[in-house]
Order: sequence, then C-alpha cells, then structure tokens
Amino acid sequence: MINILLIIFLATLFVCSAAIRLRTFNKIIAMQGVLLFGIFFFRLNEINIINFILLLLETIIFKSIFIPYFLNYLIKKNKITRETEPYVSNFTSLFIVSAVILTTFFLSNTLQGGIFENIYFVAAVSTLFCGFYLIISRKKIITHVMGFIILENGVVILSLAVGREMPMLVNLGVLLDIFVTVLVLGIFANKIGDVFKEAEVSQLDSLRD
Amino acid sequence: MFIGFYILLSLIIAGAVYFNRNKTVNNCLLYLFAALQCSLCAERFFAADSVQLQFFTNDSIAKLLLIVLSILNITSIFYSLIYLEKRGDPPKVRSMYFAAYVVLIMSISCNYLANHIAIGWIFVELTTLSASVLIYHRKTTRSLEAAWKYVFICSVSVALIFMGILLLGLAVERAKAGDLFYLSMMKSAANFDSLLLKSAFLLIFTGYTVKVGLFPMYTAGIDAKDKAPSPASAILSSSLLNVGFLGIFRMYALISKTNSVSFANAVIIISAVCSLIIAAAYMVRVKSFKRMFAYSSIEHMGIAMLGLAMGGIGYFGALLHVVLHSFIKAAMFYQYGSMFRVIRSKFIKDAGGYFKLNLWGALVFLAGFFMLSAIPPSGLFVSEFLIFMSMFSKGYVWLIFAAGLLLTFIIWSLGINIFRLLFQNPKGNKIDNPETEKISFSETFPQLALLALVVYIGYFPPPFIVGLINNALQLLK
Repeated sequence: MINILLIIFLATLFVCSAAIRLRTFNKIIAMQGVLLFGIFFFRLNEINIINFILLLLETIIFKSIFIPYFLNYLIKKNKITRETEPYVSNFTSLFIVSAVILTTFFLSNTLQGGIFENIYFVAAVSTLFCGFYLIISRKKIITHVMGFIILENGVVILSLAVGREMPMLVNLGVLLDIFVTVLVLGIFANKIGDVFKEAEVSQLDSLRD
Repeated sequence: MFIGFYILLSLIIAGAVYFNRNKTVNNCLLYLFAALQCSLCAERFFAADSVQLQFFTNDSIAKLLLIVLSILNITSIFYSLIYLEKRGDPPKVRSMYFAAYVVLIMSISCNYLANHIAIGWIFVELTTLSASVLIYHRKTTRSLEAAWKYVFICSVSVALIFMGILLLGLAVERAKAGDLFYLSMMKSAANFDSLLLKSAFLLIFTGYTVKVGLFPMYTAGIDAKDKAPSPASAILSSSLLNVGFLGIFRMYALISKTNSVSFANAVIIISAVCSLIIAAAYMVRVKSFKRMFAYSSIEHMGIAMLGLAMGGIGYFGALLHVVLHSFIKAAMFYQYGSMFRVIRSKFIKDAGGYFKLNLWGALVFLAGFFMLSAIPPSGLFVSEFLIFMSMFSKGYVWLIFAAGLLLTFIIWSLGINIFRLLFQNPKGNKIDNPETEKISFSETFPQLALLALVVYIGYFPPPFIVGLINNALQLLK
C-alpha cells in the first residue's frame, strides 16, 4: 500500500513540472499532503499513539488544508497572474524531472542494497531535486515558496525512512515543516506581496556587487 | 539547572522588552540580560563538565565561544542603544529590535551548549528567525529583499542539515549506537557505515556554510550583514559565524574518528579555496564598506577551515583564528556605525578625510586594517602563521601559493578602500560644517579595547584560553 502511495506521489512530480497554472500547482500540493497522510498512516502505526495522531493531524490539516488554502488566499490577495511563468518550456521541465527520477532510481539500485528501503530513497531524493528545480526554473516568488514546500515534503519522506526507530526525528521534521513554512509564508503574505507588486524574482536583484 | 533558568529568564526578558515601551525600563531589562549572559558564561565556565536538562553540556569549545559571545553581547547592547537613539526610532520598532536581539543571543548560546545534534539544529532555526527580524529592522524594500533571501536560503540550508541528521540517524541505527548525542556518536563512529557518514557530512557541511559564510551558501549572509543595523551585523559576522563553525567542527570531530576523514578534508579544502576566490573576486570590485567587511569574513572563515582540514598545529590555529576574528570584525562593524553617522554614506566613493573628521575612529579603522590583514601586531598573524605552517608540514605547497596570491588581492583591496576613507580629501564640505557629527572618545573606546584584546590574546595568550583550545582539540584526537 505504501509503495502505491509513494508511486502516486512520484507521479504528482511529473504533473507539477508541467503545470501551467498556479491553481494546478496548489492542488498538487494539497494532494501531496493527502498522500503523505496515507504514507504516515501505514508506516508509523507502531509508534506512540498520541504522537501518531499529532503527526497525522499535521499532514491532513496543515499540509493538505491550511497551506493550499493560504496559498490560494495569497494568490487572490496579491492578484498574482495565473501562469507559473517558467524560464524553460514545459517539455524540457518534464524531461528534466523524468531524468532526475530515473537517475535516483538507478542510483538507489547501484548503492549496495539495504542502505535504504529503495522506494523511500527514490521518492525522497526525487522530490527534493524537483523542489530545487522548481525553485530555480520559475520566475515568480510564490512559485519559489511552492517549490520549497515540495522540497520539504521530500525531507519528510526521508525522515520516514528512519521514522520507526527514531520517531523524534520525524517530529523534528514536522517541526521544521511547520516553523519554516509559517515563517516563509508569513513574510510573503505580509511584506513581499505588498511591497513588490509584481512579485517576481527580477524585483529582487537590487542587492548585488 | 542554570541553563533552564537562563532560557526562561531570557524569554521573559524578550517578552517584557517587546511589550514594554518605556525606554528606561527597557534599558534596565537589557542590562539585566547582559548580566544574565555573563552569569551563564561564568556558571558554565567554572562548573565541572556536567549535563544539564539532558541536552546541554559545557565542553571546552562551547565555553570558549560562549566567552566571546558574552563579551560581544555587552558591546553590542551598548552600540545598539546608541544606534537606535541616533536614528530616533519609535518605541515599537525599538522594542521589536531588542526582543529579537535577546532571542538571537539566547539561541546562539544554547546552540553552543547543546550536546545533541538535533537540539543544536533547533537553535540554528531560531537564530534564522530572530536574525531575519533584525535584518528587516529598517523596513525598506532593500532590507526586505535581504531578509527574504536570508530566510529562504537559510530554510533550504536548514532542510539540508536535517537531511544530514537523518542519514546520521540511519548510520547510528545500523551501528546500534544508541542516540544522536555527540559523545555517544563519537565513541562508536568507527562502526558507522562510511557511505552514510560521508553523505551526512556533505549535507551538514553544506547546510552550515550558510551560517559560517563559506562557499556555496555564503550569498544570504552577505546581504544580511549589509542590511542589518551595524551592531546586529557585528553579531551576525562574529558569533553567528561561530555557530556555523561549531556545527562543522563537531561533525568533523565525529568523522575524524573514521577512515572517511580524508574525504571530509577534501570537501573542506575545496569549499575554503572557493571561498577565498570569491572573497578576492568580490572585494576587488566592492562598493560599500559593509559588504567589504562581510566578504572579509568569508576570507577569514576560509582560512580557519583550511587550518581545520590540515590538522596538527592547524587545529589550534583554526580555533584561535575564529576567536580573534570575532573580536576584530565586531569592532569594525561598530566603527562602521559611527562612520556612517559622520560621512552619511556607506559607499566607498563618498568616503574621505576621516582622520580629520574623527581621529579615534580613523585610528580604529587603521588598526583594524592591520588586524584584518594579519600584519603584526595583529593576533591573526599568529593564527595564520600556524595555519600556513600546518599546510607546509602537510606538503600542500600549491595551496600556500594559491592562498597567498588570493590574500594579496584581498589585502590590496581592503587597504585601498580603507586608506581612501582615511586620507582622501573629503567629498563636500564636511570638515567645517557644524552639522557634521562629532563622535566622542568614550564611544570609540570599546572598539579600541576589543582590538587591544586581539593583540593580547594573540601574543600573550592567557593560560585558560590556551587550556580551553587544547581541551577542545581533544575531541579531534
């Protein structure tokens, strides 16, 4: 069951690499939250029950309801145009993301077996790199934030690889998730969106040498 | 349990400073915080090695950096009060500044004292949060840009550190080594899976470079130090750098127990040389003094890292270098704050005639130039000498030449810009202008004292400092 969820998770990466609208992006983030909920549910059911419930609540309420809702609110409030405005064509993005996933897949097979459960490694590292790729290939600041949230999902999946033995690390991962996301989104909501009307990265180049 | 008391009281002070808008009460609270910080330092220094609240200890390197932080805390509060007074900030802005400042110092202290890698990591996150408030203090679009970049790049780096910790956790799990406490990990490091350990080191090193200001994540720090108020920049480029240094040092201590240490050395050398190249390339064309000092921090941390990678006497040089650099860089940023009020510009092209405008301040800059370039009587001369000696003994002659060449560029541009400020004819009629601000000697004195401290520690090192450094190096044995 976990494997199926992780494979669907990988499939969402393809969709977001080719997504044209911010709204689609947002839906994918919500869907990843739900998928993570499922993965947590099947993976961590042996740990302390209160902790388990907290983690599940975090994924379902925070990741799949709060963040997408808040992003949507930001998009409306700042009247951000609907397109994601990539620097590269969608076809190239799709190609690069496929290449990333294939590479991590082969990499995980060549590393002598057993270091990771392969599927976690593939999902986590691919998500991480896709997050990085989305950050560098999109013009808008809000898509950077979205790329960052996807990157965080990758970190959370990796934390699940050690999660049964060291639940404390999963908690820390979730802490990082909430803390940083709130911080980053908060700054964006209050300041960036108001000050930089276009909210594009090209506005942020006055500090340089 | 003193550390618990310290954390609690710091948070109460931060809250009180934030909600109270009366200036006198706020100043009293800040004096109280300075006293609290000093008492923490004294308690941890004199206490026998002991674990408090399960996650905090007092090993030698933590003590050493805590002493540096406690000294700089006093001077930074002193200059922050002057800075805010002269800017005439409203009480609300002032309260916000000091609340963030207190949290920043508290989280740096706790990071030094943490004995568990994940607890240290939590406090690194807290430093990001509080530092970003300080960076955004002036509320201009540029400071917003700097704060945004800082938060974003730090968040990515903190995520990288976390991935490193996860891999380390996996390695610990496989070696059945118990927990992620530094001491217990060091005992069983030899049994760790080398691939996991290497990847963990790579991720944690990359993540911490954002704090220490090394290649590849150095960019956020430069903008942050440029845009933060100068007393805050002094902390950002001294004690906060040491947070990053400490993170790398502890991880290096772990990996130095295994066969993977040559890999770690290679990573550190590559990063350090790239940092030196970047510092040299940007300092030649830098336009403002603050950015120049920020790039100079990159250079000095690169040199300290080279000492760490070389080993032997280089370890001692690296730690001494980090300590001395903190004092010098803080003094330079404080003096920059005074200079800005006299010259009214941060740009090098507007600078000039500083000897006539502010004699003691000019002397600080002149002395600071010699100190930063590691020309005797600078204490950095001793530490850089030790580091270069260790390079020589390890046979890295090409590295000596490369570093020497890059340092020549750096010293040249540092010198040309500072001498321009000191001796060039001033722009506009500043000297006879009654509106030009006069800086009192008492304001400049702490900077001179910090620079004198550098000479003193460099040439007549007090036995307890040497003892602390040597004890800290036991971790690498």
